[in-house]
Amino acid sequence: MITATENLEKYLESFTAFAKRSSGHGRPWLRKLRDDAFARFCETGFPTTHDEDWRFTSVSAIARTAFSFGQPAARLSNSDLKPWRVEGAAAQLVFVDGEFVRGLSIFGTLPAGIAVSSLKEEIEKRTPSLEAHLGRYLNTQRDAFCALNTAFAEDGAFVHFGRGLSLDAPIHLLFVSTAADAPRMIHPRNLLIFEQESEATVIEDYVSLGGGTVLCNSATELIAGPSSTIAHYMVERESLDAFNISTLRMQQERSANVASHSLLLGGGLVRNNVHPVLGGEGGECLINGIFVGDDHQHLDNYMHVEHASPHCSSRQFYNGILDGHAHGVFHGRIVVHKDAQKTDAKQTNRNLLLSDDAQIDTKPQLEIYADDVKCTHGATIGQIEENALFYLRSRGIDEISARKFLLQAFASECLERMKPGVARTHAEHLIHEHLLSIANHFSAPRPSPATGPRQRA
Amino acid sequence: MSLLKIKNLHATVAGHEILKGIDLTINAGEVHSIMGPNGSGKSTLAQVLSRRATYEVTAGEVLFKGKDLVAMKPEEAACEGVFLAFQYPVEIPGIGNAYFLRSALNAMRKYRGEDEVDAMDFLPMYREKLKLLEMDEKLMSRSVNEGFSGGEKKRNEILQMAVLEPKLAILDETDSGLDIDALRIVAKGVNAMRSPERAMLVVTHYQRLLNYIATDFVHVLVDGRIVRSGGPELALELEEKGYGWIEAEARQTAPASV
Repeated sequence: MITATENLEKYLESFTAFAKRSSGHGRPWLRKLRDDAFARFCETGFPTTHDEDWRFTSVSAIARTAFSFGQPAARLSNSDLKPWRVEGAAAQLVFVDGEFVRGLSIFGTLPAGIAVSSLKEEIEKRTPSLEAHLGRYLNTQRDAFCALNTAFAEDGAFVHFGRGLSLDAPIHLLFVSTAADAPRMIHPRNLLIFEQESEATVIEDYVSLGGGTVLCNSATELIAGPSSTIAHYMVERESLDAFNISTLRMQQERSANVASHSLLLGGGLVRNNVHPVLGGEGGECLINGIFVGDDHQHLDNYMHVEHASPHCSSRQFYNGILDGHAHGVFHGRIVVHKDAQKTDAKQTNRNLLLSDDAQIDTKPQLEIYADDVKCTHGATIGQIEENALFYLRSRGIDEISARKFLLQAFASECLERMKPGVARTHAEHLIHEHLLSIANHFSAPRPSPATGPRQRA
Repeated sequence: MSLLKIKNLHATVAGHEILKGIDLTINAGEVHSIMGPNGSGKSTLAQVLSRRATYEVTAGEVLFKGKDLVAMKPEEAACEGVFLAFQYPVEIPGIGNAYFLRSALNAMRKYRGEDEVDAMDFLPMYREKLKLLEMDEKLMSRSVNEGFSGGEKKRNEILQMAVLEPKLAILDETDSGLDIDALRIVAKGVNAMRSPERAMLVVTHYQRLLNYIATDFVHVLVDGRIVRSGGPELALELEEKGYGWIEAEARQTAPASV
């Protein structure tokens, strides 16, 4: 692969340096995990748009850039973090340029049996659950970014809820990336383990301090034990210089109920992989997301929902709002395995295009190997309806507010699927602020046809 | 000073001239009805007055309270006191009725330099108007017009009007699609709004509505012009004879179209 070899030496150099000093290098299982992953990355290189999974997203800008790994992390103070703190969180882990910073993290008082710390610390402590879970779920064969992340897997969040333990307040994982002399890459690796009947909410929050070219390539393995109820939030609000590739791999056991909520607001080139495997009977999975793009942002949502057991249901709802020259992608893949009878899978992607240059590619992909299943999918593309806009304005509401109303109404479909609480309030706040800035773009009059085009796939 | 003064109003939509010289004066306290056959420009007039951008004013003048209405945006016209009850009220999923209406009321109050109304003060007023229009309180928290029946949508328009208290209420075919019970309720709501400070412009195809809303003046619109004006008896005449004769008459007297 031409694209991979461009900077392969640089990657090799970074990996060799990393491997020598990395935590857990002495542990054969971990060493093998990293080595194999790196070898796989070298074999495959970065994907190209010839690859069906990457048809609408070119990562050549990533492949071309000589990222370096392991530059010293910025030293931040508490006041630097103030804008990003989530009020009411049970614990907040702070990672600066990929490294866990204990001094900036807030732990609160967590019940015994709930562990919240960094992966690196757990590797050093030789926590037994690591070997059982780390790298067991993520597909490094198929995905070069997952391979790369695994090769450099060392720091990130470690969350473990023991059996029957629950927390109402969310665990906030804050990943701050800062500018460096040279383009920086970080590979946060998160391991979230929830035992039987536990209940938890986790927010992964990616932000930038200043601009600068950064590749944030994160991977999260989330294990939802039997009858657990888990909500996971992914918030991307980095600067427009950032490349953000994230993979959320969720392993659901019997009757586990998992909700994944994604809010893509920032980042220049963003790829959001959500990959649940419904591995036990009676599981339920909600995949809910909103992506709001502007400027030249590229926001790609790749869903891969795997029904591996009978009597499971999955619901995918993604709403996109695209302005400027933004390009959105929704790829909804549903795979129903042979034994996954009585699967009930639904997928809906709705999009609002606010400018003539904004673009959306939406693609359902159903692979069904069982014969007694219910699978539906649908996509719509539209504009802000002139009718609705005029209706609001005829009641005295000014144009910008009216547009904001309509954008919010569109976004509220997603917000309403979140369980009321601290995390939802956080999400609502972020969305509202962001939509206000989008609505403000509309001060200049622009033609809008009386009837927006509507497509149904 | 008259509340609304329309002089030689011409308006086009997508290049087609629909209004071809309308003259109409409405004083506070009066109820005027605009009647006419399909395509005569009734709804266009209503939309132009509420400042829909799709309709372009190409000539003439509209003064509202002495101000140039044509120069106003829809929200400005609304804040000045123009209200349009839509022929086809729009469904807006995701925005609650009560929240929407309070936002509208507050936008107008802000425009007039008045304090905003909070939810605690707003709800009793809203409930009272719901009662007047015999509407279910459950509608408050539902999205604007979403899943409403035709009658509920029309009642919701009148309810908004009752809360926003406009100076000029334009009812665009508010009677269309209503059964007699719904029509009675809508008329009750409209009649409750009559006052010496407020004028109404009732746009309708049929005379039926005027049995319930007493009108002072009737104007017949044919091909973008008012061809005849009179008292309520004109509406009865139209009901009896239809529009054919008046259209024929208009064709004879109208100047050749340009």
